[in-house]
Amino acid sequence: MSNSKKYLQEELIRISGVNPKKCMRCGKCTATCPAYDEMEYHPHQFVYMIESGDIEPLLESESLYKCLTCFACVERCPRSVEPAKLVEAVRLAAIRKQGNNRLTANDIPALLDEDMPQQAIVSAFRKYTK
Amino acid sequence: MKFSYFPGCTLKNKAKDLDNYARKCAEVLGVTLEEIENWQCCGGVFTTAKDEVATKLSSVRILKDALKKEQALVTVCSACHNVVKQTNYAIQNDKEFAGKVNRYMAEDEYNGETQIYHYLELIRDVIGYDKVKECTVNPLTGKKIAAYYGCLLLRPNSVMRMDDPENPSIIEDLIRAIGAEAVVYPYRNECCGGYVRLEDAKLSDKKSNAVSESAKKAGADVIVTACPLCKYNLEKSGCEIPVVYITELLAEALGVKEDTNE
Repeated sequence: MSNSKKYLQEELIRISGVNPKKCMRCGKCTATCPAYDEMEYHPHQFVYMIESGDIEPLLESESLYKCLTCFACVERCPRSVEPAKLVEAVRLAAIRKQGNNRLTANDIPALLDEDMPQQAIVSAFRKYTK
Repeated sequence: MKFSYFPGCTLKNKAKDLDNYARKCAEVLGVTLEEIENWQCCGGVFTTAKDEVATKLSSVRILKDALKKEQALVTVCSACHNVVKQTNYAIQNDKEFAGKVNRYMAEDEYNGETQIYHYLELIRDVIGYDKVKECTVNPLTGKKIAAYYGCLLLRPNSVMRMDDPENPSIIEDLIRAIGAEAVVYPYRNECCGGYVRLEDAKLSDKKSNAVSESAKKAGADVIVTACPLCKYNLEKSGCEIPVVYITELLAEALGVKEDTNE
């Protein structure tokens, strides 16, 4: 593994607080994920790919923006691996890069309707924009 | 009894009923909610990354203000509750994070001392269901009500500690206390699609439909929630039965519901 890859792997593990080595590959996180159908890489794959250092495909994947942060995978993991925290760490690595914001203030007016709660907009900004 | 109260941004705008009836019902039940001064938005979702500090400071300030007044903090919105509680837990359990946070604070250190109650916990643990029963002037007899928990109230349970995350009863117990029938259905703690509606409305429709269909199939007349985004997503996805806030339902039973929405 190259140094930069190794550094990214270490950083993802550090900021997520997750130890991917705890995973016993049961797949329960993926089985319970409500965004399963829309994901290219599923929660168990995030855990495995980060453990093996295969992070580039995750950084480029639309799956990052399908995670609902519902914590179902965190709650139901029998080994307390907490896959959602790894998804979050990779998403941050992706959107923290200059020019990589998924959502900008200019996009908001077209998405609004009369009933949309403020909560939806602020949450989306937390998830898609840095 | 007085408590510090954090309504949050949505309760001041699109979810005024959730806020308004929370205060009115609390008064009837003998509790005064004192709104924190100059609070800021919690951000809607808790960012789990340990190196995210600035996004959590608004929650720390709210918690610190409550401590200064020597009061426990009450939240109503599911999202606010989740963010504030997860932030408090991070301060209690991650010394490095607590240190970083405190470098932004003007006065004394904050180390996670404030006790946080969601409105539902306030009723269960402080007020008690007996008091609710006693104050119910308009029991909702015969009404079949489905509690929709969603994700934010219950998960992660290691932090939230509100109820059994897979088989909760805190909302059903309140429904029964106001004389109605609680409808228990499989999807009550599944996600509505949340903020992903802005990114992928179809995904959110699919998730919300699964919840409302599940409630309808179990025979519910109405769904109750404490989350403005759950309510919005269920309604947007074409839910055929009404979705109301928990506090609105309680206000009806306690006889303080107004005829028109504000």
